[in-house]
Amino acid sequence: MDGTAIALSARLAGVTLLVLLPLAVLLGRWLAVTRTRFKPWIEGLLALPLVLPPTVVGYYLLVAMGNQSALGRLFEAVVGHALAFSFGGLVFASVLVNVPFAVQPVQRAFESISPDLREAAQCCGLTRWQALWRIELPLAWPGLLSAAVLTFAHTLGEFGVVLMVGGNIPGETQTVAISIYDRTQSFDHASAGAMAALLLVISLVTMAVSYGLVERLMRRRRSA
Amino acid sequence: MSLSLDLRHDGPPLDFRADLPRGRITALLGPSGSGKTSILRAIAGLLPVREARVTLESEHWDGAGVRLPTRARSIGLVSQHYALFPHLSALGNVEMSLTHLPAAERRTRALEVLALAHVGGLEHRRPHELSGGQKQRVALARAIARAPRVLLLDEPFSAVDRSTRKRLYLELRRLHEQLRNTVVLVTHDLDEAAQLADHLCLVRHGRLLQAGPAADVLNRPRSVSAARLLDIPNVFEGRLTREGGGERLLHWGPHRLRVAALDPALPDGLLRWAVLPSNVLLAHADRAWNSDLENAVPARVREVVELGGEAVVRVQPAGLADAPLQLRLPTRAIRRHAVSRDADVTLCLRSADIVPLCDDAAP
Repeated sequence: MDGTAIALSARLAGVTLLVLLPLAVLLGRWLAVTRTRFKPWIEGLLALPLVLPPTVVGYYLLVAMGNQSALGRLFEAVVGHALAFSFGGLVFASVLVNVPFAVQPVQRAFESISPDLREAAQCCGLTRWQALWRIELPLAWPGLLSAAVLTFAHTLGEFGVVLMVGGNIPGETQTVAISIYDRTQSFDHASAGAMAALLLVISLVTMAVSYGLVERLMRRRRSA
Repeated sequence: MSLSLDLRHDGPPLDFRADLPRGRITALLGPSGSGKTSILRAIAGLLPVREARVTLESEHWDGAGVRLPTRARSIGLVSQHYALFPHLSALGNVEMSLTHLPAAERRTRALEVLALAHVGGLEHRRPHELSGGQKQRVALARAIARAPRVLLLDEPFSAVDRSTRKRLYLELRRLHEQLRNTVVLVTHDLDEAAQLADHLCLVRHGRLLQAGPAADVLNRPRSVSAARLLDIPNVFEGRLTREGGGERLLHWGPHRLRVAALDPALPDGLLRWAVLPSNVLLAHADRAWNSDLENAVPARVREVVELGGEAVVRVQPAGLADAPLQLRLPTRAIRRHAVSRDADVTLCLRSADIVPLCDDAAP
């Protein structure tokens, strides 16, 4: 088993979650209530990582991060090394490809809150932020939980984009999925098998637990 | 006058101007889709209206370049389905409208209003553990907790059963005696408006048909639409004339009704008029004193339907085949005078009870 790769994957998933979840809450909440006519286009753009091959997403990310791009140059000027083939680059890529997994459940959760409740919050004299914290987030939290679990599990298993953007640098960009690929290529089936099984178990458990929790919450909500 | 409104909007259409008296319960009465809920939402600042002027006393909520957000308006709202926060207890729901107070004070005040709304002891229940009437009371407690100057009620009794509703009417009137705030009640229920409101605004197609003290509006509709909205079936057409001595007569088919109480400014000619079913008197045709009755009209009973303690009697005045007239009488009167189908009776239409109606186009 490649402990370094497992730790790196866990760290990547954790950091991705920390960065993405607040963004997903703001974006999902906005999409749930906005009446802009560009909404389908915005939703389409956010869903692109679901339908594009990881190599296409990875290619564009690589271009965006390279020292030919403003983003790449800015990052290099601030941090001192290139964004591509670094952990920072991996986080950036991971956040982007996980947007649909995080935003969609959050958006659905906010959409399921009756407009009556939002209006009641206003009539109670709550500010927007108070209403978000005290009313909407507590009601939307099954969706937030789903988003977190999906993002975490999906990051653990992401392969194509990570390979394109991060390469295969042990301790820096070599995640479990890539390590499994590596071991299989070098006929280290025992190690590859163990890590594959571990990933399978973690994914299954997190998904099952989250589905169970959401189901229970929704049942409680329905009876309310 | 306290709450002054001038609202113009396209979707839903509104062209509504009214002054609602301070410290009174005003009912906005109209059929569904007439825009009354939109008016309420505009007062609350929840519906952005194309052109709005909402003024409470001298405070501008809308208009004159001002648009106060909902949370800055001194309002409490009870919506049709109460909109209680499902994740909070009754107490938590009420406390949510008291976030401007320190925590300890918040709790005391919340318990106080819950008791005032007759749901003391249920403060730890979640909304799904409350009955319809209890939910309504919690929503009311939440709405009055901030001591709003204007209390907005959007068909708040429509989702509870009849007996609970009667009790809630009583509680609302009592509460209003104590609080004396300005209440705007949206309803399509005539009885509800009649029982609760001091002041009545009839609304149709987003416009004000008629406004005034409830008793006035209920008894003296000004137009055919208002009469229809008030469910007054007896709307007729006649011809108004002025006799030699200056006496005014209303010719209704072969009958000549004396209408001394009518506004002298009404021009001669075609006149639509109404009479409330409860204002039509009935006498036996064979009684000798019939000739002394004011505006006696012979008629034949066509139908008698008993509804609880009251009977609806449909009669056909002589010589007027297409003008059936409805009256309401206590059931015991029906029994005592043996009013039955095909009986000949005499109606008495008092001059003061004849209500002239203007055309709908006029305000």
